[in-house]
Amino acid sequence: MNILIMLFVALIQNPAPPRGNVENGKVLFTKIGCYQCHGIEGQGAVTGPRLNQNPITYTRFVSYIRKPSGEMPPYTAKVVSDQQAADLFAYMQSLPRPPAVESIPLLKQ
Amino acid sequence: MRKSRKFSATRRSFLKGAAVAGAATIAPPIAPATAVPETGSAPIQDARAETSVPPEVDVLTTEHCGSDFMLDVLRSLDIEYVSSNPGSSFRALHESIVNYGGNRKPEFITCLHEESSVGMAHGYAKVEGKPMGVLAHGTVGLQHAAMAIYNAYCDRVPVFMIVGNSLDATMRRPGVEWLHSVQDAASIVRDFIKWDDTPISLQHFAESAARAYKIAMTPPMEPVLLVADSELQERALAEKDRLSPQRITRTTPPQGDSGAVAEAARLLVAAQSPVLIADRAARTAAGMKYLVELAETLQAPVIDQGGRMNFPSRHPLNQSSRARALVADADVIVGLELTDFWGAVNTYRDQLERSSRRITKAGAKLISITSGDLYMKSNYQDFERYPEIDIAMAADAEATLPALIEAVKRLLTADRRNALQDRGQKLASAHRSSLEQARVDATYAWDASPISTARLFAEVWAQIRTEDWSLVSSSQSNWAPRLWTFDKYHQFIGGSGGAGVGYGAPAAVGAALANRKYGRLTVNIQNDGDLMYAPGVLWTAAHHRIPLLNVMHNNRAYHQEVMHLQRMANRHNRGIDRAAIGTTIDDPNIDYSKMAQSMGLYAEGPITNPRDLGPAIRRAIAAVKRGEPALLDVVTQPR
Repeated sequence: MNILIMLFVALIQNPAPPRGNVENGKVLFTKIGCYQCHGIEGQGAVTGPRLNQNPITYTRFVSYIRKPSGEMPPYTAKVVSDQQAADLFAYMQSLPRPPAVESIPLLKQ
Repeated sequence: MRKSRKFSATRRSFLKGAAVAGAATIAPPIAPATAVPETGSAPIQDARAETSVPPEVDVLTTEHCGSDFMLDVLRSLDIEYVSSNPGSSFRALHESIVNYGGNRKPEFITCLHEESSVGMAHGYAKVEGKPMGVLAHGTVGLQHAAMAIYNAYCDRVPVFMIVGNSLDATMRRPGVEWLHSVQDAASIVRDFIKWDDTPISLQHFAESAARAYKIAMTPPMEPVLLVADSELQERALAEKDRLSPQRITRTTPPQGDSGAVAEAARLLVAAQSPVLIADRAARTAAGMKYLVELAETLQAPVIDQGGRMNFPSRHPLNQSSRARALVADADVIVGLELTDFWGAVNTYRDQLERSSRRITKAGAKLISITSGDLYMKSNYQDFERYPEIDIAMAADAEATLPALIEAVKRLLTADRRNALQDRGQKLASAHRSSLEQARVDATYAWDASPISTARLFAEVWAQIRTEDWSLVSSSQSNWAPRLWTFDKYHQFIGGSGGAGVGYGAPAAVGAALANRKYGRLTVNIQNDGDLMYAPGVLWTAAHHRIPLLNVMHNNRAYHQEVMHLQRMANRHNRGIDRAAIGTTIDDPNIDYSKMAQSMGLYAEGPITNPRDLGPAIRRAIAAVKRGEPALLDVVTQPR
C-alpha cells in the first residue's frame, strides 16, 4: 500500500511527459538557440553543460527552462509551449551515445 | 604669401637651443610650389615652378636629417622591428629606416592597417619580452590604431608608438597635411597609454624615447607614445655628433613589502585550503618556475586564468577546471596579478534582475599581489569591481614570489610538510580525474559536422605535440588547456586584454615574427569574426615570410553576440528564433581559404568533415616548415 502511495506521489510530481516529436525537437534545438550554449549535438561547452546522455527528468527539464536558477535565459510558456518543450526533451533523449574514449587514439595523447 | 623652412628653422632653433641650431643655417629655403599635395583641395600647381631654374641659394639635398638621429635612438633601444602602414607624416623616418639603417634593426614591417601594426606589436612583446616599434600618422593612423592600443593597455603589454605630426602650421603643405595635423596627437589615446611626449628638439626626442622605453617596461607594462614632428624628422642634420642617444637603466620591478610578505606566508602555511589564482602573474619563464615552486612548497592548488603562461597544464596542482569549488572551500586565496579579484570570489547572474553572491567561506583571507595597484586611470573601467582584500601588496607578483617562497619555507616544520603532502596527493587525484573527464567530454560530437571544437583541438595537438610549438592566440573554447600539455613559457601568451575584436590575427602574426628566430612552430586558432576586422595582416605574414599555422574556428558568427541577442529576446518573451539577425556571418559564407590564397598563403578549406582535418593540418605544417604562413578554414561548432 505504501509503495502504491509513493508511486502515486511520484506520478503527480513527475507526470509523464507529453509525447515528443524528435524531428521537431531537433529543428527547435537550433531554431530557438539551445545549440548556442550546449552545442549542436548537445555536447556541452564552456557556455553550457552537456545535454547529451545527461539524465534529467522531464519535469525538472521543463521547470528549469521556465525558471533557470543560473545563467540560462528563461524560455517561458509564452515562447516555448509544453509540446515544444516535450519535442526538445525527446530530441535530447534521442541523441546517440558517443564513441568510447578508448576507441579514439587522438584522446590517448 | 611665400614662407620658407628658413624662417621656421630660425624660430625652431630658439625652441631647441644649441643642439640643432646649425640647422638654421644649413636648412635651405624650399619654395612651397615644389611641395606635392596628395589629394584634395590643394592649389593648382604652376608648371613654371617645376621648370624654372631655382635660385642659387636653394640647397635641395642633404646627407643626413633629423630622422637619422631618431633611428639611432631606436637602435639604442634595441628595437628589432617597426610595424607600420606608410604615411607622409613620418616619411623621413621611414626613409631613414630603409636607407640610413639599411632596413635592419629595426626592419620596417609593412602593415595594411594601423590596428594590425599595434596588434602585431602586442603579440611580439609577449613572446620577446620587449616592445616593438609602431609608426603611424598622429591623426588618421592613431585613430585606426586606438582599439589595438586599448587591448595592449588592458593586457599590460609594452608597445612603443611613434606618431608623425606637423606642429608648425606655417610649414604644412596645403591640403592633406593640414588634415593630418593635430595640436595634441596623443590626446585620443591618453586614457589608455602610460606616458607620452611631443619632443621639440632631437635631443629632447632622445631623452623622451629613453624615458618612454623605461616607463613602458616597468610593471605594469603599458604602451607609450612619442610624437615625431615632421620638421624635426626632415631638417638637415648638421650637428649630429653633438646629439647622443640616452643610456637606459631598466627600473627594478617593485617587490612586495617584507612585512606583508611575511604575513602572507604565515597565513598560507597555516591554511587548510589555500588557493593560488594567477592571471598575468608570469612575465617571464622565471615567473612560471617561481609559481611552480610556491605551489609545490605549499602543495596548494593553482587556478590559472590564462592571462599568461603561468603554470603547466598537466602539473598535478593545476586545478583550473575546479576553480569555483576550490574558491568556495578556501580559507586563504592569493591573487597574483589578478585583475578581477572580485569576480574570482563572487558569482554573478546576468538575468533581468542582476544579482551577485560571494562564494567564499566566512573568514577567508584574500591576499593580492599586483602592480596594477601602482598604476590606475579613471576613465576606462578595466580595473573591475572593488574587492575587499586583507593583504594588498602593490608590487609585481613575479618579483615578489622568490621572497614569498623563502618566507614560506622558513615557516614550514616537518609535521606541516607531511600534512601538506597529504593535501597534494588529494589534489593530484582530482587533477587526474579532471583530465579523464576532459577526454570523455571530448568524445561527444566527435564525428559531428560542423566540427566540434574538441575535435579541432585534438587534431591540432596530434600534429604539433612533438614540435617546439607556441599557441599565440586561441578561441573562446577551453579545449587547449584541457587536452594539450603546456609546460614551457613560450607555449602560451594569453589573450587580448581588452576583449576588443580584431586582436587574434595580428597578435598571432607579431608573435610568429618573434618566434621565427627561435624556429618555433607558431599556432593560431583563429576566429572568423576576429579575422575580418583587418584580414590584410595575412598579407603581411606572407610578404615578410613569417611562418605561422592559422587554423580557423569558423563558426560563421560573432557567436558571443548571438548569445547576447538570444538572452535579450528570451528576457522580453519575443522573437527567440531571430538571434541570427545581425550576428551571423553567412549568406554568403566567406571563403577564407580563397581569401588567404589571394594574399599569398598556403590555404585549404572550408573543411567540414572531421576526418579531413588531420591530413590537412599535416600539409599546412609542411608549408609552415618551408617558412610560409598557412591557413586552414575549419567550419566548427559555436564553442
